[in-house]
Amino acid sequence: MTATRASAPPGPQDSPIAAAPVVALRHVSISFDGPPVLEDIGFAVAPAETRILLGPAGVGKSVLLKLINGLLRPDQGSIQLFGVEISTKSEEQLFPLRNRTGMVFQEGALFDSLTVRDNVAYQLVQERVPDEEIDRRVHQALTFVELDNTFAFYPASLSGGMKRRVAIARALIHQPELILYDSPTGGLDPITSTTIIELVMKQRDVYRTPSILVTHRLQDAFTLCTHRFDPELGRMAALPKGETDPNTTFLMLEEGRLIFDGSIHELVHTDNKFVREFLE
Amino acid sequence: MAIGIVERTAKDIVHTAQDYTLFGYRAVMNLFRPPRYWTDFLMQANIIGVGSTTIVLLSGFFTGGVLALQSEATLAQFGATAVTGRFVSLTMIRELGPVLTGIMVAGRNASSMASELGSMVVTEQIDAMRALGVDPMRKLVTPRLFACISMLFFLTILADAFGIFGGGFVTVFMNHQNGTQYFSQAWEHLRYPDIIQGLVKPLVSGFIIASVGCFYGMRTSGGTEGVGRSTIDAVVFSSVIIIFADFLLTQVMLTLMPPL
Repeated sequence: MTATRASAPPGPQDSPIAAAPVVALRHVSISFDGPPVLEDIGFAVAPAETRILLGPAGVGKSVLLKLINGLLRPDQGSIQLFGVEISTKSEEQLFPLRNRTGMVFQEGALFDSLTVRDNVAYQLVQERVPDEEIDRRVHQALTFVELDNTFAFYPASLSGGMKRRVAIARALIHQPELILYDSPTGGLDPITSTTIIELVMKQRDVYRTPSILVTHRLQDAFTLCTHRFDPELGRMAALPKGETDPNTTFLMLEEGRLIFDGSIHELVHTDNKFVREFLE
Repeated sequence: MAIGIVERTAKDIVHTAQDYTLFGYRAVMNLFRPPRYWTDFLMQANIIGVGSTTIVLLSGFFTGGVLALQSEATLAQFGATAVTGRFVSLTMIRELGPVLTGIMVAGRNASSMASELGSMVVTEQIDAMRALGVDPMRKLVTPRLFACISMLFFLTILADAFGIFGGGFVTVFMNHQNGTQYFSQAWEHLRYPDIIQGLVKPLVSGFIIASVGCFYGMRTSGGTEGVGRSTIDAVVFSSVIIIFADFLLTQVMLTLMPPL
């Protein structure tokens, strides 16, 4: 069943979740001087939905996120972001749409010549928001990621996990309508990874922001599915046994092709050989 | 096989030339449409202009000195040591001032632009900037381009002046000739076409340095090794293109404004 969904990608109009998808891809392909990196990709992201994009390293997961944000242009196919076709838009026409999304890059991609405050406030500074308002919102965003004490630090003095959390604060300060996480826990120790996943969960459950999370760490993906953020406790809590978050679903890539699109239940019961090997 | 390699290389060259032309065009046109980043322009003007002043002054001074030293022996054979000032000032203002300043600034700033932007590319900072709704061409390239053009203009004037002083220093203290004669010769035989020629060249060199440095920086790939490669390419190509452009400009200027 899941293989059928993946091989015949639903268009925005015929998908069950496509009443008003935030993102919709149809038959998207891209290559860089060689065989296709991504081929015939199609899926949609509904409002308040979190899609976890799984796959081994080098399979095109980061490329897919960059396509969705218009940082790369597909060779073929259609990409709709907030209902707007972006594959034919110029760079300048894309800036207003990118302002509505937040993106967390693999290594954080913080500007190393700027302080944490200026990194997090980058968009606000460009929009000439008054300094007092910027400071207030930066403190708020840094408090969300529990790093308010790093306000005046430079990225070089932060650990890998702290950089990712600052990158999350930077992505969230503008209250985006879609968040793209590119391997936010890649290369981090388990404790720091859990902290990052808790932040992702907090954003999902408190603000209901739709998102796509790229990861190759199954434990992160399953934690997101089987836990929820408890605002009263201020941390994540396990869902009752057998329950999973209905708005968190999975995609899986293999050699540039989408081979799975479905829920965690479908994922663990699929008979696709590659998915089974990946899970094991 | 061999034809395939030639074809691929030719296509690469044409493709790079096309990309560079479009890159330069976009960088220039950005100045005529908002947003403009004046703070970044001033910061770059400080880095390029103030930061390069010492090397430009020293290289100008010693080049003028060497010119006076070298010319003294030759001019003495014709009993013409009195025209040392004229020789040094014309050579500095028309040729060596603009070219040497261009090459010195290329070595210092084309490399720094390529490595800085290249590092930003490989660490995804450029993508992050685009994702945050800011055009890196406007924010990073255009301010560097216009800062480099404007600062190279003033640096060249400084290099010319210090070259003439250097020549004067050697003439007076090492060749034991008359200083007043040197400076009056240096001044009296200058014509506007000489000065125009000397001041048009740095405008072109400034464009070459910044556009080549930023171009190679922005197309960096292959991690830290790629940054090193971009830096080398930026310095080598900007230096060679400066000398080539100098040759073309000199030919054009001599045709438009022939010497007396």
